[in-house]
Amino acid sequence: MSRKLVIDPVTRIEGHGKVTIQLDDDNNVTDAKLHVVEFRGFEKLIQGHPYWEAPMLLQRICGICFVSHHLCGAKALDDMVGVGLGSGIPMLPTAEKVRRLGHYAQQLQSHVTAYFYLVVPEMLFGMDAPPEQRNVLGLVEQNPALVKRVVALRKWGQELIRTVLGKRMHGISSVPGGVSKNISLEERDRFLNGEEGLLSIDEVIEYAQEGLKLFYEFHGQHREQVDSFAVVPSLDMCLVNDEGNVDYYHGRIRILDEDKRIVREFDYHDYLEHFSEATEEWSYMKFPFLKDLGREKGSVRVGPLARMNVTKTLSTPLAQAALEKFHAYTGGKSNNMTLHTNWARAIEIIHSAELIKELLHDPDLQNEQLLMTPADNAWTGEGIGVVEAPRGTLLHHYRADRSGSISFANLIVSTTQNNSVINRTVRSVAQDYISGKAEITEGMMNAIEVGIRAYDPCLSCATHALGQMPLEISLFNAEGQIVDAQRR
Amino acid sequence: MSIQITIDGQPVVTEAGENLVDVAAQNSVYIPTLCYLKGKPCLGTCRVCSVRVNGHFTAACSVPVTEGMQVEVDTAELADMRKALIESLFSEGNHNCPSCEKSGRCELQATGYEVGMVVSRFPYRFPLRPREVAADHIWLERDRCIFCQRCVEFIRDRQTDQKIFAIKGRGTAAQIEVNTELANRMPPEQVREAADICPVGCIIEKGVGFNDPIGRRKFELQSVRERALGEEES
Ligand code: SF4
Ligand code: SF4
Ligand code: FES
Ligand SMILES: [Fe+2]
Repeated sequence: MSRKLVIDPVTRIEGHGKVTIQLDDDNNVTDAKLHVVEFRGFEKLIQGHPYWEAPMLLQRICGICFVSHHLCGAKALDDMVGVGLGSGIPMLPTAEKVRRLGHYAQQLQSHVTAYFYLVVPEMLFGMDAPPEQRNVLGLVEQNPALVKRVVALRKWGQELIRTVLGKRMHGISSVPGGVSKNISLEERDRFLNGEEGLLSIDEVIEYAQEGLKLFYEFHGQHREQVDSFAVVPSLDMCLVNDEGNVDYYHGRIRILDEDKRIVREFDYHDYLEHFSEATEEWSYMKFPFLKDLGREKGSVRVGPLARMNVTKTLSTPLAQAALEKFHAYTGGKSNNMTLHTNWARAIEIIHSAELIKELLHDPDLQNEQLLMTPADNAWTGEGIGVVEAPRGTLLHHYRADRSGSISFANLIVSTTQNNSVINRTVRSVAQDYISGKAEITEGMMNAIEVGIRAYDPCLSCATHALGQMPLEISLFNAEGQIVDAQRR
Repeated sequence: MSIQITIDGQPVVTEAGENLVDVAAQNSVYIPTLCYLKGKPCLGTCRVCSVRVNGHFTAACSVPVTEGMQVEVDTAELADMRKALIESLFSEGNHNCPSCEKSGRCELQATGYEVGMVVSRFPYRFPLRPREVAADHIWLERDRCIFCQRCVEFIRDRQTDQKIFAIKGRGTAAQIEVNTELANRMPPEQVREAADICPVGCIIEKGVGFNDPIGRRKFELQSVRERALGEEES
């Protein structure tokens, strides 16, 4: 009876992570799984809708990374109407740059939230601190000056998103073939120079470095703990430009192995030729993997750690300096230390801020040429968009008939790409933290939470602000009976 | 001929036969409307312009003013009645404003804000009316139709003056139809006119829905009340 409770979708609580741990007769962990109820309903819901509505509607899948969904959908629609494809009608530079600006703003804002609200309290108070303290409120007491800076950073990111997309959440600025709005000089200057209650870009870059400083400090004090926690070897995947450097908005998909050899590189339109998706009855989330390598070897990691592993350099100075240190730490090999995701994230916070500064100085943002309207014969009826969302590679794939109705939609979100790796992480942590008794200890519960959180998975979207991930862990004995269950 | 009427007790001098909605607007009294278009014959379909004339409920857009007429607009009872009518229009369709391309340009939404609607007091009917997408440039999102008949009466084939749109069926089975053949003869500016004349996001022009950025959409630039009252001065 109680067994069913864990995986029955009817009794699920939205947004909770559910973990089950399987023990053998000697109370060793033989398996551990994260069960996720992903809301796939959006792909059905969009069918029959006009294609130009997709980026507006589907971004509502998420309250945090909606800009990524919006842009990813818009890119798929560019394909569909025949803009930006191969040697065809090129995308206008202003449209691409305005989209990039919104994208970097979201990366900054999303990473700052994940890092400072969720990860930093863990670092400062320790994994074992009570959840009541291990959150941003605890941080307010301990380091109010830092919290002030973080709040100002988030506000700045939000305000930039609002300016570029029209609303703080779920804006509508990207349309098939371009954007509906550029950035005026007055708008730009607010972000360059700051104003009452709004940072200047130079202050943003200065504050953005706090994250990295904190990581270095923490790492210096707890090197052993940080480096040995959930070391999970995996392939790493992200979008790269022609130089083999990460490109958050557009590029080819590159996959590297642990020795940083290129395992695969392809045009993202060919994603489905390379990847299959496995399903499991215990999770609603699929498991993508490289077809020819199989599930075990062919699963990839995406997100900050993967990107910093894949990219050769970063185009901005402060981020590049930090990246060199990051690369040197593993001596040319991929970094598989789960908690180093936070190092990678801290570098990306700086990189986004620097990228935004570059773009703000670009006069193309004020250009009035915003939208390509291709002739009817450019219509392809199918589109794929891929971007590097804060949490990793995100794909939207649509088909529409000539009337304009969407007949098919498939979204492969970053958390799904990370599914196998997250499960490996949970398993690794459970093995390390099992007490030898058939019980879930506080330490194990915390460690699993920290392990999952490193990926900042979307299942915690809804509860980001509270700083606590709802988590339910069940322990099964060799006979398949629940011997312990904890929830918070 | 100059006449005098009263609106909410205030004397108003105007010309006999003028439309009551217009006379009110000239005197800075806003009467919400959804089907009425200034300068066009009254359709009288939505009743959102309900007022009392000499004590009787009536649709203001259907009233030519006459000497001595006593008009009540701004009473709690009438305001609530107009609000209820707007609410019922929301309940009878499927209106998901956040992802609707008409949002910010929609008269139903704007009027809803104007009359202070927060939620509908009527149960939602969730009608299932299939979309009509066969025409080359026109898409009918039928769940948003409020049956105002503007398109039916005012959008006609330029060669034959035939109606292009029609409402078929009665009661809950009613739905808006478009003659595909005639629709495909509409020049682009007439397609745009049809989409604009539709007070809601039912008649939409294929492919271009979200081209006005937030902040620069029709009712963000000027509220529906300001538009109704300001038109005379400009
Ligand atoms: S038609 Fe108007 S009221 Fe209906 S969903 Fe669209 S914006 Fe909202
Ligand atoms: S389609 Fe639009 S204009 Fe025509 S009746 Fe319906 S709401 Fe009115
Ligand atoms: S505006 Fe008068 S009945 Fe519609
Ligand atoms: Fe998300």
